Amino acid sequence: MISEKEVESISRLADITIPKTELGEFTSRFNNILEYFDILDKVEAEGESESDLYNILREDEITPSLPQEETLKNAGEKEDGYIRAPKVM
Amino acid sequence: MQGIYNLNKEDKNNAFLTTVKSAHYGDGKLNGIPIAVKDNISTKGIETTCGSKILEGYIPPYDAHVITLIKKEGAAIVGKTNMDEFGMGTTTENSAYGPTANPADPTCVPGGSSGGSAAAVASGMVPMALGTDTGGSIRCPASFCGIVGLKPTYGRVSRYGLIAYSNSLEQIGPMAKTVGEISALMEIISVHDPRDTTSYNKPYIHTPSADISGTKVGVPLEYFGEGVNRGVSEKVRDAISTLEGLGAEIIECSIPSMEYALAAYYVICTSEASSNLSRFDGVRYGPSVNSKHQWHDEFRTYRGEKFGTEVQRRIMLGTFALSAGYYGKYYAKAQAARENMRRDFRRIFETVDIIAGPTMPDVAYKLGEKSDPLSMYLTDILTVPANLAGLPAISVPCGKTDGMPVGLQIMGRHFEDERVVDVAFAYEQEVV
Repeated sequence: MISEKEVESISRLADITIPKTELGEFTSRFNNILEYFDILDKVEAEGESESDLYNILREDEITPSLPQEETLKNAGEKEDGYIRAPKVM
Repeated sequence: MQGIYNLNKEDKNNAFLTTVKSAHYGDGKLNGIPIAVKDNISTKGIETTCGSKILEGYIPPYDAHVITLIKKEGAAIVGKTNMDEFGMGTTTENSAYGPTANPADPTCVPGGSSGGSAAAVASGMVPMALGTDTGGSIRCPASFCGIVGLKPTYGRVSRYGLIAYSNSLEQIGPMAKTVGEISALMEIISVHDPRDTTSYNKPYIHTPSADISGTKVGVPLEYFGEGVNRGVSEKVRDAISTLEGLGAEIIECSIPSMEYALAAYYVICTSEASSNLSRFDGVRYGPSVNSKHQWHDEFRTYRGEKFGTEVQRRIMLGTFALSAGYYGKYYAKAQAARENMRRDFRRIFETVDIIAGPTMPDVAYKLGEKSDPLSMYLTDILTVPANLAGLPAISVPCGKTDGMPVGLQIMGRHFEDERVVDVAFAYEQEVV
């Protein structure tokens, strides 16, 4: 079981505000799901993965990309070809 | 022949989020055919919201690979279809723009998350649509609305331009009323694309064949267990008998790892979602944040307001499952369960060619019937195995129970989408 306080701390990590009034119900449903996940405690890995997967990486070469004007089109606040973001400090 | 397609049919079921009243089309195999596209697939110049308020007003500056391909064949893209927000749901009720109704009974859900695409096809607004399937999101609405839907083998269709929810599970796939149309659309969208590094160069080039004599059909006992509606079980058993009548050999089998499938699926998809959805911060796209405010304060308020409850829940479940101290308990175990499931399928496919069972444990629910998230998750039990193992799986209508459509699910070996289509085709030809 995790507490409302722990749920609040997860919500801070995820950058999502859960209103105080909804925290109780949110926590109880969260716990129902985590309780269901406990079934995974019984899982035993049956040996090594038999997969033959490998990574596919491309050369770090410049390929055609969207023009600056297009990439900025959906941004909210812009200045001199840059996107304006909230203050970090 | 070039031209403009005018979609003038009334959208009674709220299947579409955006309609293109005058859609351009060109020459090719899909010349002038109206196609509906799920709203998480990027369409240049057409608003793409993923059913979320956080992407309201977003106009993609480029086309997804599948869109480039269907345009090249002359399709008319007539609109973007409703969906559970970011694909997170089984009923399309989690859309920020209101639910879609099931054309078979408007008091019922169409299934999800590609519910808009399924309703658009089932109601006759369009002959074909594209959906996406992370844990059953093509097959569930196909089953509930009484149409055909194919989740291709993982890697067979490029995900370039699909707005990511859970990369290791999801695939784009075709939805239509007949298996022939599914096969034709699959042929067009399965072209290799180096921009998706999981895209495999094995195009689907195939004409469906109804000759399935000698095909070995595995029937897992877990697909007819507790929790599966009796009427659904009966219809699917009848359909399997029909396959037997066509010369298929029926072999009972078992998938012991199914016990952990659902928990493993939800740990993996929420973990991937927690990372993927961190990009929605109101800076580069969607309604914008106020740049005068402090970074985290502004993001927290924004994401608290713009994401729906189910999306917030899944991001937070994933954040928790990946957090220090819990990774081993959840994520590592889920990956082990996933590997065990792949191993189970490998073993079964040594003796059978395809696996058949119901697509969903039930018929379409009433709108508003499933309000508890965990009970909603549990309904995905029969569809998530194909995503965890990356297998091709199709849902084809096999009659009705209580007046609502039932879907027969057919799963196959990796890159044997052709065989899965053939078995569905053989069944369809026999019963139509």
